[in-house]
Amino acid sequence: MEWMAWTLPTALFFGGIGLLLVGMTVWELRSPCVERRGFLPIATSRGDRLFIGLLGSAYLHLMVIGVTDWSVWIASALSVVWLVVVMRWG
Amino acid sequence: MKVHNNKAWWLVLPVFLLVAFSAVVPMMTVVNYSVQDIFDSSSRFFVGVDWFKQVLRDSRLHDSLLRQFIYSGCVLLIEIPLGIAIALTMPTKGRWASACLIVMAIPLLIPWNVVGTIWQIFGRADIGLLGWTLNALGISYNYASNTTDAWVTVLVMDVWHWTSLVALLCYSGLRAIPDVYYQAARIDRASSWAVFRYIQLPKLKSVLLIAVMLRFMDSFMIYTEPFVLTGGGPGNATTFLSQTLTKMAVGQFDLGPAAAFSLVYFLIILLVSWLFYTAMTHSDKNS
Repeated sequence: MEWMAWTLPTALFFGGIGLLLVGMTVWELRSPCVERRGFLPIATSRGDRLFIGLLGSAYLHLMVIGVTDWSVWIASALSVVWLVVVMRWG
Repeated sequence: MKVHNNKAWWLVLPVFLLVAFSAVVPMMTVVNYSVQDIFDSSSRFFVGVDWFKQVLRDSRLHDSLLRQFIYSGCVLLIEIPLGIAIALTMPTKGRWASACLIVMAIPLLIPWNVVGTIWQIFGRADIGLLGWTLNALGISYNYASNTTDAWVTVLVMDVWHWTSLVALLCYSGLRAIPDVYYQAARIDRASSWAVFRYIQLPKLKSVLLIAVMLRFMDSFMIYTEPFVLTGGGPGNATTFLSQTLTKMAVGQFDLGPAAAFSLVYFLIILLVSWLFYTAMTHSDKNS
């Protein structure tokens, strides 16, 4: 694994994504989701909303890093809010 | 409630392992690289998001991103209408239909670097048919020193290489339209424009979405053809994103910034592909 040049933050990041996917799988098995329409312009399943939430979070981070001088933690905090909003009301 | 048999997921396992090996693990490595300053395998330092900050504020990258969007936009604006027009004029049956299909398929079979070489020689003023003829006609043409000539040549080369793909996709889409639609149009005395606008174009929608997505992704990732033809020049006039990235990663061996840049590149492609995928699946649902 040395060649992959792991660091603690990236390991935690991928661990988090992995746990999220496992959690979503378990959730789906326990209670299969039904597509619904929220504030997003298309009908989405739970997985769709997670994808939209994560992609939006990535762009949010890029915007904060590229345009502002804010700490990256602000982007992360905003991303968590965005993810919760999309998952709940998207 | 309908019970799903989830055992079928085991059949996906081989593909999952293959994708993990060829895409996910390298991708994770790129993410790891993007947050470190790497000198060699034993000396590397965590730098946080510094490379992202540098890459996102680098004017050289902004320029090549802009060039890339202009290039992909031009490719789509030329190839999609031209491909539709060619598909509409192609014969529908008989010997000529087969001959046309074969001729159209030939450019698609030629490897990228060979296409670059063909056009590099074709466009040369001293020994190339195109370059020599244009200059003999009194039109000053030199793709190695003139920016406009370089852009036109790179675009024409792409049009020559890939319009066939759009045309063949549209041709198959057109052949799939049942004849009753045309009969109804004849009864209504619809003009050929009306037939195109209200029958052919709507029926081509899903095929066109695939064509636009394929051409956008391919043109957005283009590397070999302009690299062989112009080497990114004159100056940086035809240096697109992938070439800037390669220069950074392989030429200067700046692995950290190159990794950060490729992640930004990946996110752009991911967003656009997702938008097309969503548009495509929703248009299928609506129809």
